[in-house]
Amino acid sequence: MADKQPKEIQVKDKQEVSTPAEQTRPGLVFTPDVDIFETELAITLLADLPGVRPEDLTIDLRDNTLTIAGEIYPVEGGDEEDILIEYETGKYYRQFTLSEVIAQEKIDAKLTDGVLRLTLPKVEKAVPRKITVAV
Amino acid sequence: MLYRQMFGLPTWRARGPFTELERMRQQMDRLMETLSPDTSIARPAGVFPLINLTEDRNGYHLRAELPGVKADDLEIQVLRKTISLSGKRTFSEEGQEVRYHRREREAGTFSRMIGLPDEIDPEKVKASLKNGILTVVVAKAEAAKPRQITVA
Repeated sequence: MADKQPKEIQVKDKQEVSTPAEQTRPGLVFTPDVDIFETELAITLLADLPGVRPEDLTIDLRDNTLTIAGEIYPVEGGDEEDILIEYETGKYYRQFTLSEVIAQEKIDAKLTDGVLRLTLPKVEKAVPRKITVAV
Repeated sequence: MLYRQMFGLPTWRARGPFTELERMRQQMDRLMETLSPDTSIARPAGVFPLINLTEDRNGYHLRAELPGVKADDLEIQVLRKTISLSGKRTFSEEGQEVRYHRREREAGTFSRMIGLPDEIDPEKVKASLKNGILTVVVAKAEAAKPRQITVA
């Protein structure tokens, strides 16, 4: 019998990444966890980007390469002392190569609760048209 | 990750002398990982969510990264010396016709209790969940705040 209790979430260390270009501001860079799935009409990407505000997120698509970059600004006050630090904060950066051709003007991006939902509609395949010959 | 707990030693909050050593240890850990990625260096196993706990004169700040968790699914309880976080993360239904290429995010439940070095005032607690980051600010109990002594 399948267990209906949702399982407990396990801790995953954040993965650091080295970006191709040097950062203008020094700091750590992490790869965000993503889910990518595809339907007939579109490819959807969900990325965990906690702490990134919509205005700090850059999504770039050129030459079939999709780049997601999110900036983080420090949230701690100046006179706070650390007692227990289990995770570090840093920018997010990840790149993907897309194999499908994407209709760029219909890309939709939503960032809520620190999760980015990026919908990339595929270009509609050319529908063959029947041509009737006038008599 | 830096992992220093100073419970029960109220006079010894020194973080200056050890910060450099911690940084060196972190860098050595990272170096070891690049040499042999399969060896798991002993790291704190950790419970989800990972938290950062900081202190200032008047209270404590607890932060956790909880992307995709709604405020309704999160329960925070505060006792005199502990903060307890529990809740669940759910994903929206995606439909039948989907084909997954990558599946890195996890959904499920979490529950964690964090002990605090000093007593706090359970009446003065503020919590906010913004952009997937939870911030809980608690004020120290009046008895636990340092008191200024003036010399006559």
